[in-house]
Amino acid sequence: MENLIALLIAAPLLGAVVLLLGGRRLDAVGHWVGTLLSTASFVVGLVLFAGLLGKDAEHRTWTQHLWSWIPVGDFQADVTLRLDQLSMTFVLLITGVGSLIHLYSIGYMEHDERRRRFFGYLNLFLAAMLLLVLADNYLLLYVGWEGVGLASYLLIGFWQHKPSAATAAKKAFLVNRVGDVGLSIAIMLMFTTFGTFAFGPVLEHAGDASEGRLTAIGLMLLLAACGKSAQVPLQSWLGDAMEGPTPVSALIHAATMVTAGVYLIVRSAAIFNGAPDAQLVVTVVGGVTLLFGAIVGCAKDDIKKALAGSTMSQIGYMVLAAGLGPIGYVFAIMHLVTHGFFKAGLFLGAGSVMHGMNDEVDMRKYGGLRKYMPITFVTFGLGYLAIIGFPGLSGFFSKDKIIEAAFAKGGAEGWILGGVALLGAAITAFYMTRVMLMTFFGEPRWKNQPTKSPEAPSAEPAAEHQGAHGEPHPHESPRTMTIPMIVLAVGSVAGGAFFDVGDRFLHWLEPVTGHSEGHSPLSALTVTGATMVCLVLGVGLAWAQYGRKPVPAHAPRGSVLTRAARRDLYQDDFNHVVLVRGGEHLTRSLVYVDHTLVDGVVNGSAAGFGGLSGRLRRVQNGFARSYAVSMFGGAALLVAATLLMRAV
Amino acid sequence: MSAAAVHSLWTTAADPISKIDAPKIEYGQLSPTLIVIGAALIGVLIEAFVPRRSRYYAQVFVSAVALCAAFAAVVALAAGGYGTTKAHIAAMGAVAVDGPALFLEGTILLAALVGLFTFAERRLDPAAHGNRVDSFAAQAASVPGGEGEQAAVKAGFTTTEVFPLLLFAVAGMLVFPAANDLLTLFVALEVLSLPLYLLCALARRKRLMSQEAAVKYFLLGAFASAFTLFGIALLYGYAGSVSYARIAQVVDGTVSGVDPALANTMGNDALLLIGMALLVMGLLFKVGAVPFHMWTPDVYQGAPTPVTGFMAAATKVAAFGALLRLLYVVLPGLRWDWRPVMWGVAIVTMLAGAIVAITQTDIKRLLAYSSIAHAGFILAGVIATTEDGVSAVLFYLAGYSFVTIGAFAVVTLVRDAGGEATHLSQWAGLGRRSPLVAAVFAVFLLAFAGIPLTSGFAGKFAVFRAAAEGGAAPLVVVGVISSAIAAFFYIRVIVLMFFSDPQPNGPTVAVPSPLTMTAIAVGVAVTVVLGVAPQYFLDLAGQAGVFVR
Repeated sequence: MENLIALLIAAPLLGAVVLLLGGRRLDAVGHWVGTLLSTASFVVGLVLFAGLLGKDAEHRTWTQHLWSWIPVGDFQADVTLRLDQLSMTFVLLITGVGSLIHLYSIGYMEHDERRRRFFGYLNLFLAAMLLLVLADNYLLLYVGWEGVGLASYLLIGFWQHKPSAATAAKKAFLVNRVGDVGLSIAIMLMFTTFGTFAFGPVLEHAGDASEGRLTAIGLMLLLAACGKSAQVPLQSWLGDAMEGPTPVSALIHAATMVTAGVYLIVRSAAIFNGAPDAQLVVTVVGGVTLLFGAIVGCAKDDIKKALAGSTMSQIGYMVLAAGLGPIGYVFAIMHLVTHGFFKAGLFLGAGSVMHGMNDEVDMRKYGGLRKYMPITFVTFGLGYLAIIGFPGLSGFFSKDKIIEAAFAKGGAEGWILGGVALLGAAITAFYMTRVMLMTFFGEPRWKNQPTKSPEAPSAEPAAEHQGAHGEPHPHESPRTMTIPMIVLAVGSVAGGAFFDVGDRFLHWLEPVTGHSEGHSPLSALTVTGATMVCLVLGVGLAWAQYGRKPVPAHAPRGSVLTRAARRDLYQDDFNHVVLVRGGEHLTRSLVYVDHTLVDGVVNGSAAGFGGLSGRLRRVQNGFARSYAVSMFGGAALLVAATLLMRAV
Repeated sequence: MSAAAVHSLWTTAADPISKIDAPKIEYGQLSPTLIVIGAALIGVLIEAFVPRRSRYYAQVFVSAVALCAAFAAVVALAAGGYGTTKAHIAAMGAVAVDGPALFLEGTILLAALVGLFTFAERRLDPAAHGNRVDSFAAQAASVPGGEGEQAAVKAGFTTTEVFPLLLFAVAGMLVFPAANDLLTLFVALEVLSLPLYLLCALARRKRLMSQEAAVKYFLLGAFASAFTLFGIALLYGYAGSVSYARIAQVVDGTVSGVDPALANTMGNDALLLIGMALLVMGLLFKVGAVPFHMWTPDVYQGAPTPVTGFMAAATKVAAFGALLRLLYVVLPGLRWDWRPVMWGVAIVTMLAGAIVAITQTDIKRLLAYSSIAHAGFILAGVIATTEDGVSAVLFYLAGYSFVTIGAFAVVTLVRDAGGEATHLSQWAGLGRRSPLVAAVFAVFLLAFAGIPLTSGFAGKFAVFRAAAEGGAAPLVVVGVISSAIAAFFYIRVIVLMFFSDPQPNGPTVAVPSPLTMTAIAVGVAVTVVLGVAPQYFLDLAGQAGVFVR
């Protein structure tokens, strides 16, 4: 059964190759080919899952050696795949959600003439992402890591005719490079420390390495995770990445790829366990990002950007949990899975809304949509309840566990992290309620106004339902779109309870990540109570602001904090001033050094040799007698030097 | 004096004579040299007895057959194991038959064959009075520009003597690296030098310059030979023998059976050191190492270009072979005396060759200085004093000789009304008018510069690696710096050919006969093959890296 593992990757890879090389003759069936192969991968995943469940917990690690990739002396890189409980979880999430989103995209991208290519990219993404989570060594993981980066780049910039999309794609790519440098340095450090980068030996011997080494590796892995998972300080690309088609935002920039950083940290648990300083930094990054994303999410009027802020914030939760060590790993992954359900559902819902609203993304031009798109409303509403942690829904279980674990960290650290997590829960409730109210409740604000401004043409494929510049006529989306939303909504509702009952998820994952119970200063009930209070506070505040009184169609100026949050807390200004300007100054000074010093040395030495050459040349005067003298002198020197050597 | 006394004197005198063994000569193992010498003698007879019209064809035919046969003999000997297991000293201790000797002989013979093609080229110069002419003077003895010359040109004379001269020189070169005693070495040196002096004087165009070059070469060569001979005398005084093996024994102190007449001077280190320095100096003169290099630019420029190409390639191979044998067989025990001195020579040679080349304006002089720099690089490999060093030098020489002949062959193609256009300014824009010729020349220049995928890179890498492993890392640093300097002027020529505007009334590129084309094609092929897949030849040179003692 191990031999099926490669099939997981091969199916979508085949799809990518066929769709991208197949040309226009596949235009008619391309989307079905893509969806079919993605589903095939999911089915293989289910078969393997059944196989794993049939084994004891200790024997649930399967590897498949494909071929030797780079055998150079001590440097042995193999293409080996590893399927254990952790990667199995990811495989099911990726292929499951991925297949649903393929299905959704059939409807969503129906009018896009490059739909075949879109599905090719989606399949490429699936293959790369599966390689990432199935790799048995860090180098192969790196291949998948870069592959998803490529797919992300291609899909963010899918509507490349829009300059904003092209720029966003480039931005995502560049910011991710910073993280990738971290990963490559981490791999090099591993090789110098352990002499290998295969998971087995590295993680087994992690305890033998010095703490300094482990801290360095851990911090570099964290840098990589920050880039891929949009954590502070490499968060700036995620908001702009919403320029991509909405299914992409749902699949790549919410449910799967952006969680790769969490996977990396949890996978490298043994390294982080030996490096408490690195763990502390991980929790700090997670905590900061949690609040950062939540605050940004509160101020955005663009529905996708609000959700992007939320994604950042939720991944912040996961990173925070992963930084807590064995008490948090399982819950990080559990939240990752439940988040995959509800956030994908929310994004698909947002896409459905946009589909019915002429691609309008400004929530101030929505309002009262619940009557017009009931299925979207219900599924989105369930996702909403899940993410804010409404009791009984999946977010409630997974987030609650993280908050508990944060307190259980103990000491001042525990109080601070727990407090931050609680505060985050309140803000989450606030901004998600805001999204919900602005979109589905209140008076319609979209009547009597053209929604599409001519100077910002969009390729989103809804134009034909209404006049391009006319008043939108909200309507429910086709079935290929609603079915995935319904399935995801079911997952959002039931996933958490399913995982939590009898600690199923904990027992499933524990053999890989390890688990220990912390000693929380607060009882579980207290934490749950506090969370509920925060939830009520957040929802109430949002209702007071957006539910009780009508939402203005144009954004008010807002407080300093609101304005800052609208500008993503000045992240781009900061980057511009510090990195862009700094970079420009650095290049300019380097150019100056190059022109004066380097060129000076080069040209100077060239001129020096030229002058020397001209002078030496004169020795060659053409007279045989002076040649003979030079020979004689040379012979004398030779004799003298030989004798001198003997004397010395 | 009584009859009996006379008789006894007679018999006592006769006795030892009867004990002289007949010299044992292994003709088969010496066959490459013998074939070439025989062919050269036949060439002399051809000059004497064959009608003038047919001489050219007869000479070219005999020379080509002889060189091929000699090469076949070398291959047969190597295949017979004389390069490795059966390596020994033949001809009563005079000549070594071993790996380095066979490898170098093979290289020299191939280079000579390619050189022969350029010698035989008769399509480049416009036909004079209906007669095809080659690069050599119509009648060497006639006064340049005089009536005799005009008459000779009109009569369609050609100097077909160049072919036997070439063969004699080759014969000397074949013995030179194989010589195993100092007298054989000296004889070989003269046998290879004298024909070259003559050949240098035989240019058809610019005859005065050619004769000046020949005279300078002869004078300075004679001067160097005098030093060499003096060195040999001193070494004989030191060891009481001219045999390499015997000298090595004396150096080691393992000698036995000393002639009492020599006991006073024997083992006197001053004699050894001075003699060695002078002998080495003679060889350094031949390879063109600084400060014994000054003949090189003048002679390379003045000599007929085919001769320059042949001389630059084959002489260097032979002389480095002799130098290697001398230093490895005779002086291994003296390593620390000669190594630092050779370090100095190598460093100065590399740097001076590269630096002075920068300001050259004549392509032949440029290549002459380039050959000086290359002599320095090869010396770096010689100094390594390891087996790897030997094979690296052998490989380098093989690659270098074909690049050199090819490059000079290209020089013969670029002509204007006055013959070859050797001033660099005339080469401007050549790449636009004759892209193929310019591209081929660019390949040779890149090989000289040691750019990867050419034989120059593989050779330089092998030599520098051997030098570094042999403990001469500073030498490698200087070598790399010199290579960088040298790359400047090689690439400047490429830039000149491809990125400059052609001069009005610039030179034209003559269409050669298949002979020169073959020479150039072989040069390119060897350059590329040794650059792309050097391993087989490195292994070959590696097998040939052990001197027989």
